[in-house]
Amino acid sequence: MNVVAAIGRKTKRFLAEFGQISRLLAATVSYIPSTLRNPRLLLIQMEHIGTDSLPLVVVIGFFTGMVSAWQAAYQFKGLITNSFLGSAVSRAIFLELGPVLTAIVIAGRVGASIAAELGTMKVSEEIDALESLAISPIRFLSTPRVVAAFLMMPVLVIFANLIALGGALIVSNFFLGITAKIFFDSVRRFFHVKDVLGGLFKSLVFGGVTALIGVHVGFRTEGGAEGVGLATIRSFVLSSAMVLIMDYVLWTVIF
Amino acid sequence: MIEIRGLSKSFGTQTVLRELDLTIHDGETVAVIGQSGSGKSVLLKHIIGLLRPDAGTITVDGLDVTRATERQLEELRVRIGYLFQSAALFDSMTVAENITLGLREHTKTPVVELERIVKEKLALVGLRNIEDRKPAELSGGMRKRVGLARALAMEPAYMFYDEPTTGLDPVTSDQIDQLIDGLTKRLNVTSIIVTHDLFTVDRIAHRVVFLFEGKIYFDGTPKELRLSKDPTVQKFLERYTLINL
Repeated sequence: MNVVAAIGRKTKRFLAEFGQISRLLAATVSYIPSTLRNPRLLLIQMEHIGTDSLPLVVVIGFFTGMVSAWQAAYQFKGLITNSFLGSAVSRAIFLELGPVLTAIVIAGRVGASIAAELGTMKVSEEIDALESLAISPIRFLSTPRVVAAFLMMPVLVIFANLIALGGALIVSNFFLGITAKIFFDSVRRFFHVKDVLGGLFKSLVFGGVTALIGVHVGFRTEGGAEGVGLATIRSFVLSSAMVLIMDYVLWTVIF
Repeated sequence: MIEIRGLSKSFGTQTVLRELDLTIHDGETVAVIGQSGSGKSVLLKHIIGLLRPDAGTITVDGLDVTRATERQLEELRVRIGYLFQSAALFDSMTVAENITLGLREHTKTPVVELERIVKEKLALVGLRNIEDRKPAELSGGMRKRVGLARALAMEPAYMFYDEPTTGLDPVTSDQIDQLIDGLTKRLNVTSIIVTHDLFTVDRIAHRVVFLFEGKIYFDGTPKELRLSKDPTVQKFLERYTLINL
């Protein structure tokens, strides 16, 4: 009986939280026109979420591309000729590795920092102070962050894809004996625009979801420093899980 | 005028306010005292609509805050200055940006005018030449003063002070008291001061209300409070050493 009650409580809590996030999303979307009319806050967030994340995305993309090439060569051994390596690696990058790994990195770097920043603002009464100045925290804090993440994530994924491809090319060229011509011929042979666009569409969703969860968790932070710490962890865990769940859902819808 | 009728609020199983009634007239300076957790700050946050009550009504200048739309609440909040206990300055902004945030969001005040307002409000709270500093570079007393300058920037009709002297040394507390007293007289605003500090009550308030067990237990002048023979009031006063004044 206790187990049933516990499941019931958890389900109720999950549904309540889902409702809160849905309401936050609706309110965040409703402020998009005013955010676009006065885009100063949006531009600041685009710089923070996009430009400032670029070095990390470049490093992750480069190593992801390199390890992908090694792994493809390892799996092809004795089965398929390495002349197909370019297409196998590039499709894996465009479809999955670029969007998902970038989203996980952004969940750690941006989602968690949004939760920590807004959580600190919540516990230090800064969010109450905003409301006391007749400024909607959703308009001032949520919409710029969610829209910026939504817009910048595909840009970061484009960079991640190109850098990862470069990493794969370097490994192929210098360690696996595949020339650049063979590599790019292979990439071209099985290249589908849908792969790239599908990956970028997924990244739009991942960006929005990651920022939205960061804002939701930040706004509901309670307690002091401990609460902020817990909010940061919670934001990363929830965002990462949501990215992987949404990845599966979007795959079934798009492909 | 602020009229509160039958205000009740619980957090989980803990009842903080219990059918509370209170009227505050224009121009009054009312101190709200009581033990920690007695609902003083909760009361302030209800008046400005930051919290929704479980029951009861709050009317500010004819507007029922409990039923007001977000738009109506925003219009009301523009007329209320709120000094938070921690000052609640925005850490990512400079002092000048903190003070002018409300004006920049709600008006099209030119930059030159904003700069003039920053200087004027800082002078009003006894500060100058700190416009470009970040809150982290300020002392506790300075942060309170900047919080006060920010609250005054929109020329409010009401000022709410949430424990304005808590955490400050006696000298700085005294300066903040003098400042609030001077501003209240000079600007003729209606003020509510939530405080533990009975020195503040004695110095500034026209009227003092004592919250106990979610209700107003005492309502009178600071002098009447000191002369009260009620054991609960006496116990509170002894704890806070007003008797030694």
